[in-house]
Amino acid sequence: MTTPDGPGTRLDPWFDSYAARAHAMRASEIRALFSVANRPEVVSLAGGMPYIGGLPLEEIAEMTRRLVLEQGEVALQYGSGQGDEGLREHITQVMALEGISAHPDDVVVTTGSQQALDLVTKIFIDPGDVVVAEAPSYVGALGVFRAQEADVVHVAMDADGLVPEALEATLVRLQSEGRRVKFLYTVPNYHNPGGVTLSLERRPLILEICRRFGVLVLEDNPYGLLGFDRDPLPALRSMSEDGVIYLGSFSKTFAPGYRVGWAVAPHAVREKLVLASEAAILCPSNASQFAIKAYLDHADWQGQIKKFREQYRERRDAMISALEEHIPDASWNVPDGGFYVWVKLPPGLNAKSMLPRAVTERVAYVPGTAFYYDGQGADHMRLSYCYPTPERIKEGVRRLSTVVDAELETVRIFGTDEGTGGDTVEFPSPDIA
Amino acid sequence: MDVLILAGGLSHERDVSLRSGRRVAEILRDRGIKVQVQDVDTRLLGTLSSLADGVVWPLLHGSSGEDGSLQALLELAGARYVGTRSKAARVAWVKPVAKAVYGREGVLTPDFVTLPQSLFREVGAEQVMDAIVARFGLPLVVKPARGGSALGVSLVTDRAQLSRAMVHCFAYGDNAMVETAVAGTEVAVSVIGTGSEATALPPVEIVCDGPYDYDARYNAGRVQYFTPARLETADAARVTEAALTVHRVMGLRDLSRVDMILDHEGNPQVLDVNIAPGMTETSLLPQAAVADPRDIGEIYEDIVRAALV
Repeated sequence: MTTPDGPGTRLDPWFDSYAARAHAMRASEIRALFSVANRPEVVSLAGGMPYIGGLPLEEIAEMTRRLVLEQGEVALQYGSGQGDEGLREHITQVMALEGISAHPDDVVVTTGSQQALDLVTKIFIDPGDVVVAEAPSYVGALGVFRAQEADVVHVAMDADGLVPEALEATLVRLQSEGRRVKFLYTVPNYHNPGGVTLSLERRPLILEICRRFGVLVLEDNPYGLLGFDRDPLPALRSMSEDGVIYLGSFSKTFAPGYRVGWAVAPHAVREKLVLASEAAILCPSNASQFAIKAYLDHADWQGQIKKFREQYRERRDAMISALEEHIPDASWNVPDGGFYVWVKLPPGLNAKSMLPRAVTERVAYVPGTAFYYDGQGADHMRLSYCYPTPERIKEGVRRLSTVVDAELETVRIFGTDEGTGGDTVEFPSPDIA
Repeated sequence: MDVLILAGGLSHERDVSLRSGRRVAEILRDRGIKVQVQDVDTRLLGTLSSLADGVVWPLLHGSSGEDGSLQALLELAGARYVGTRSKAARVAWVKPVAKAVYGREGVLTPDFVTLPQSLFREVGAEQVMDAIVARFGLPLVVKPARGGSALGVSLVTDRAQLSRAMVHCFAYGDNAMVETAVAGTEVAVSVIGTGSEATALPPVEIVCDGPYDYDARYNAGRVQYFTPARLETADAARVTEAALTVHRVMGLRDLSRVDMILDHEGNPQVLDVNIAPGMTETSLLPQAAVADPRDIGEIYEDIVRAALV
């Protein structure tokens, strides 16, 4: 006699109903390991979380109180799909700091620049279309591109950012293969994760190459105002209004909790972005927009950015000196702005394989594989210095050095573990991206 | 009756633990039981002292939750808690030690060897790996000697894959257990109760389109589960008996899950025993509980009430 022979269960009755693109959305072992990173015992060098403790919180509390009391009936109501006009006016002033001349009508306010990224991808990408991006590239963008079934082709960067010759060669190759390249996705300033900035000399060259190949440029610029040693470079958008969609954000210069970003796009593209955004979310949060408007109106926001720059510079210095002291066999760039150091591990090490050991030692980082579409990057890791204090950064790097030493020992015994990055794009939780 | 669920912790399995904790809390709350979910941190002893008439249900997976440490702390604090006591937990936590204990009682388990990384260094990794393959053949399973959720586990079907599997394994701990990969039907049997009162829930059969790894366990879709398992009555009795024997001889309490392969000769080969089995939506004990004639909430409430005695 046998027990009942039913069809069994896959625990998800809708498994066969998902769109094909949803099958890549899976909880990974790596993602699970990151859940430990939030515990206070762990020094997390993983997350790109800004140092919110540096904000004038009492002043913001008072502004918020007054906002609700004096403008609550509007601020807590639905708003415009394109975003509040007053905030859009402010945004044009923020962008003017990077040489962008835009009219408030050109601006679409979004739920973080991440939503703008999603909208642009939705309106341009058909499955199989190519997005060209730096090698490495922002993990949160790769997740968006994967969700829309784009193919991402990486182009080399060096210390001056995206290499024009490499971009041109890639576009020539893709053209000869009959591939449809829809846009170049680039983070020109204080790159995430690369930490480098596209040089002033290269900016027009990149734009000219893209123009020649009929490739739109998607300029993602959350860190442009966070340079340590120099004034902001002119944005790509300031050099080409027709060929560039610009994404901006208040997440790094003010606070990510409001989830307010924006896009500036050529007129026809902007129209589609507004329609796409209304279809997705009706309108961005009015409360958040009003809060940011109040902050920009009443607080010394430029002074605050200056403070942030000083704080982040101190943390960058702490990280670089700790790396020099504890992991001299690795190599890294010294970013002059932004949040990240991109570390190349000593030969033979695999950052993804090493992560469980790091969690055991109570330190976290993001393995380089997260920043590639094709499994490259196992020999790199991204370290963030934005959130922990300088003392915690030093302690984190010290712990990391014991992890590196232990992993080197294992690799010496068993041989290298290179090339096991896997072929999946990680979908990081927001505090890791 | 108040229940304090402990979930989270600092192990590699924190995420699974948090999901287990939330799920059990939800089910107990549906029974009208007051439930608090808390991480293990500096607030713990304070919370325990205010839980006079309550019960603690530790749902921490991995180290500190399953190695007896947390249980020892709960005993120190005089808390009443669900699950295996610290001494038995320490034994069950180390897979090769557990295998030796239940193996002595006649429970079959795949041939295995446990080796520290240092030995590979001292003797020469290639030679040791050659010896492993010569002794056990292929395929092999490499897993950390301690730990769960299939973290650090690799199926090795080719000698060339063994080095990478060892590196992956040693990232999770200093000792690797290499065992013969047994072909057959993968079955998990959950046991509820203690000593001679313990009973088995219906066996769950796992049919996976590849290794039953982390991805398969925690993303619905790749695995088909059959509860009760599609087994001949005699086979079902054998897997149930094996699980009950392991639970009893290891001195486990209240709940456990025993993972095994029913080999082609009809012999249950026990792979692992879990004293804090996963309780997430996709975990095996909850699936078995749903298939039991009793309501899952009733089973969980009984587990909690047993700890009050």
